[in-house]
Amino acid sequence: MEENLLELIILIPFASVVVQYFLHRVLPARLAGLIACGAVLVPFLLTVVVGRGIGAAAPQVPAVTATIASWLTGGGLEVAFGLRLDPLSCAWTLVVTGIGFLIHVYSLGYMHHDPGFKRFFIYMNLFIGSMLALVLGDSLPLLFLGWEGVGLCSYLLIGFWFEDMNNARAGQKAFVVNRIGDLGFLLAMLMIFQTFGTLDIAAVTNGLSAGHAQGTFALGDARITLIALLLFVGACGKSAQLPLFVWLPDAMAGPTPVSALIHAATMVTAGIYMVARFSVFFALAPVASAVVAIVGALTAFVSATIALRQRDIKKVLAYSTCSQLGYMFLGLGVGAYGAAVFHVVTHAFFKALLFLGAGSVIHALSHEQNAMKMGGLKPHLPRTHWTFFVGCFALAGIFPFAGFFSKDKILGEALLGHGWLFPLVGVLGLITALMTAFYTFRLYRLVFTGPERLDAHAKKHLHESPATMTVPLVILALLSIGGGALSLPAFAHFDILGDYLRPIFAPALAVAGEAAHHAVNVEVALMLVSLAVVIGGAWWAWNRFARGPGDQLPLPQGGLPFLLENKWFVDEIYAIFVVGPMRGTALLAGFFDRYVIDGIVNGLARLCDLCGAVVRLLQNGAVHTYALLFIAGAVYLVCSLL
Amino acid sequence: MEVLERVAFYVMAVLAVISALLVVVNRNPVASAMSLVGAFLAVAGLYLTLNATFLSAIQVLVYAGAIMVLFLFVIMLLNLEREPFDLPGIGRIAGFGLSVALLFSLISLALGAVARPETSARGGSGAEIGDVFFSDYLFPFEMASLLLLVAMVGVIVVARRRKPEEEEEEQA
Amino acid sequence: MITVVDYYVVASILFAIGALGFLLRKNVLVMFMSVELMLNSANLVLVASAKSFDLARGSAFALVSVAVAAAEVGVGLAIIIALFRLKATVDAEEITNLRG
Repeated sequence: MEENLLELIILIPFASVVVQYFLHRVLPARLAGLIACGAVLVPFLLTVVVGRGIGAAAPQVPAVTATIASWLTGGGLEVAFGLRLDPLSCAWTLVVTGIGFLIHVYSLGYMHHDPGFKRFFIYMNLFIGSMLALVLGDSLPLLFLGWEGVGLCSYLLIGFWFEDMNNARAGQKAFVVNRIGDLGFLLAMLMIFQTFGTLDIAAVTNGLSAGHAQGTFALGDARITLIALLLFVGACGKSAQLPLFVWLPDAMAGPTPVSALIHAATMVTAGIYMVARFSVFFALAPVASAVVAIVGALTAFVSATIALRQRDIKKVLAYSTCSQLGYMFLGLGVGAYGAAVFHVVTHAFFKALLFLGAGSVIHALSHEQNAMKMGGLKPHLPRTHWTFFVGCFALAGIFPFAGFFSKDKILGEALLGHGWLFPLVGVLGLITALMTAFYTFRLYRLVFTGPERLDAHAKKHLHESPATMTVPLVILALLSIGGGALSLPAFAHFDILGDYLRPIFAPALAVAGEAAHHAVNVEVALMLVSLAVVIGGAWWAWNRFARGPGDQLPLPQGGLPFLLENKWFVDEIYAIFVVGPMRGTALLAGFFDRYVIDGIVNGLARLCDLCGAVVRLLQNGAVHTYALLFIAGAVYLVCSLL
Repeated sequence: MEVLERVAFYVMAVLAVISALLVVVNRNPVASAMSLVGAFLAVAGLYLTLNATFLSAIQVLVYAGAIMVLFLFVIMLLNLEREPFDLPGIGRIAGFGLSVALLFSLISLALGAVARPETSARGGSGAEIGDVFFSDYLFPFEMASLLLLVAMVGVIVVARRRKPEEEEEEQA
Repeated sequence: MITVVDYYVVASILFAIGALGFLLRKNVLVMFMSVELMLNSANLVLVASAKSFDLARGSAFALVSVAVAAAEVGVGLAIIIALFRLKATVDAEEITNLRG
């Protein structure tokens, strides 16, 4: 029974894709949209039903499994389309389908006038299906299939308005940068198969735990470290970490609901999911964990600095997403797996909320995205305003909004960690929190308060968005307010999510050693410090941008702002060190192909032609010539008989 | 008897060679054809000296009769004129030289042959050949008849005068 | 005494003359006649050789060969007629449609 429901969870979105694809001529747009929404809502409800049963199970990791069909069979390899719903994938499935459903509903309104309405929903459903395959797949190949599937959907949706070359380029960039990460993932997969002889995820992680217990794999084993690092390379690509984060800001070329769903709430957290799923590897490889923590902290820091100066409302949020993903990796790196997953969940709430709010603003202003040309929208967009406001509080991490709890859990574990590295990345995270609060409220001030700086074009259709768009905003706002209750600080002894996920991370924590429980007053003190920092940042921005930007309040000039303005020149560095050499190599290869390879081929052809021309002289069509040669042959034969 | 045989052989051989040469040399195709009759008849005579009487008769009937008549018909049908004389080119000289080479090499090959005693088990009469054909060589015999039939159909198809519309079709 | 060698010599001469005619003449018909000469010489060798073994069998061989020759002449002449209709000539040097 549960197995069948589990199969349905993943089959429904795909079935919906098929139906919409083949009936797209007959289906009315409204019906197609409703089907698409239903194809996300039903899996959500099914996940709730199936997931409820797995919470309280045996000492083994509780899970429901199902096998849809056999897939790859050959030699020692046996991979099936097998699904596995355990607490970790359940959490992700609920986020994907839950947030996904809200965003689908929102899209009904947002994409209402778009000629590609039906195409949009086909892609969105395909994305949901792929994401579920990624999360629910019980084997590495299926995970990889989903991984590539969401990458494809991301590409399709970034370039959704492909008539504009820039959008198509952005899609391409995302695809290519992701390939780099995918290579790492693929190599990791091959190494895992070589090491463990199986691709079943549960078998691999159990095998590693057992191997460690028996002494086969010591702490810091080189092979395990390499696998963990390769996995992390894959995660870096998908989750937009340094240095592969460049694609995410460009991905904002897609429709705003896509940015909310794929490039904020769900797909980009696939890297977190993978690292969390293989947490045992990272626990056994302190070097890899340190790399994860450092990369995460640096990404968080660098992206936040860039976000400080962005003008485009979506770009600010995009860099903020990079930054928050950095937080999550920081958490994973310091061993705060549960906290990282918690942050994934709360981030999904408030980042989806912020993106959808931004989309609502953009929608109202007839596709104006420059925050410098907004301002004073508060009375015009009341619902959008207050939900966005809530989102800002949650993102900045102000008590008691959701972001506060999750961010604080990560920071707490980092700052109170042992050694010098963890506190160091913790401090970096704290500085990032300050900047986050600053840019968040800067954005809020620029968009909703101060004098109106609207174009005539943007002003023409200024209106509050329809209910299909505002209702999801309200729901997400409520989640952003109350989401922190899922996992309160340790001293509160109320940690639904943490208890739920505990069996998943138990092996990893058993290897690395459970984080020490700190005294209540230490934790509270830390919270107060971070809260003070955040509120300080928010207050600073609040005052500074009270009257809008620009000539009233000139932006600081100089070296650092210049660097930030140009996003640390990362794209330019890529252009010089990656794109340039690639182009050069391609040019060389093209030259080689055109003149050497083609030269050889054409030369051969010309040689044949020449030989043919010579031999053709014999074939002159005159019987006498043939007869002459013929009889000459006869003479030769007769003479040889003599 | 012996002498008579020799005389007959030499007469026929000389006649055959001369007629053959005339075939090649004559520039009027009709005259060539008539010389060819002579050559065929001389070969028929040579068959006679070999005691192959039935074959000799067939040679006269088929070659000197049927085949020659065909040739003559065609020559008349095409209304050919005398071939104009032109100076020998390289191809001609090469052809002549090659033919001479062929002649000498063949003759030297022939002279190298060892004459076996002429102890034929059976003669060349019609009855004896019929025996062979209707026992051992029945299948080749039947195949020969089939071949002739096919040739007959083929000849009709190839040489038939096309109707104008068919001609157009073919050219298209 | 006339031996098989004498027949071989005569046949050789006839064959060479046939070859000569085929190589030197331009008229397709005469070339065809030359081919017939060569065929006859071959038949002559066949029968002369058979004298030493079994004349009846050799004659049967030669008979089949005559039948083939008859068929060949028929088809060959038909082709010449068709060719003449097409080209209005029987000059072999002018018929070079198969030039590569």
